[in-house]
Amino acid sequence: MPNPKRKWSKSRRDKRRTHYKAKVPGLGTCANCGEIKLAHRACPSCGYYNERSMFIPKS
Amino acid sequence: MRHGNKGRKLQRTASHRAALLRMLATSLLKHKRIKTTLAKAKEVKRYVDQLITTAKKNDLHARRQVMSVLYEKEVTKELFSEIIGKIGDRPGGYTRVIKLGNRLGDAAEMAIVELVDYNDIANKKAEERKNQREVKAEQKKEAVAEEKVSEAKVVEETEK
Repeated sequence: MPNPKRKWSKSRRDKRRTHYKAKVPGLGTCANCGEIKLAHRACPSCGYYNERSMFIPKS
Repeated sequence: MRHGNKGRKLQRTASHRAALLRMLATSLLKHKRIKTTLAKAKEVKRYVDQLITTAKKNDLHARRQVMSVLYEKEVTKELFSEIIGKIGDRPGGYTRVIKLGNRLGDAAEMAIVELVDYNDIANKKAEERKNQREVKAEQKKEAVAEEKVSEAKVVEETEK
């Protein structure tokens, strides 16, 4: 069976990992209450989506 | 290869999946709006849209076909007598799925499925339920407060 000749150094491993990055979630403001909310999702603070009430938030 | 295979398996056996979809369809037609995971929501949407299209024929055979799917007879009656009259003139697309964000605990993406023309009715119902909950919570608070008062009195008496 063919095998690697050398150990892959920490440097090479870490260089590979420089491209592992956290993404910023797609955020927007709610058209109804102005709070920050996730795009394409109902607003958690007022329950509105596309100018339509989808649920009534808790208190 | 899965070419042309539509739908999700939802990690269930065929019978388990059928039971789940029947249950969710019954609930959706009964309550007009349900909250579930996004994957299930999209599956119920397909299922219920097909069911309503069948029901639109409005004959005895259609009624029996729908009856064989839904778990509650009353819901079938309501579907044929009321729901069809309200959304029957649409060429499909009787339901709507709105994403809600991720659930605490397992971070599953949640969604609401509702019958399109029942948005206001579902809202009204939700508001009523919320008011009921608040009234109940208040009553509970009062009961707890009263209990504490009576307990305190008992303690005083024993000290004497």
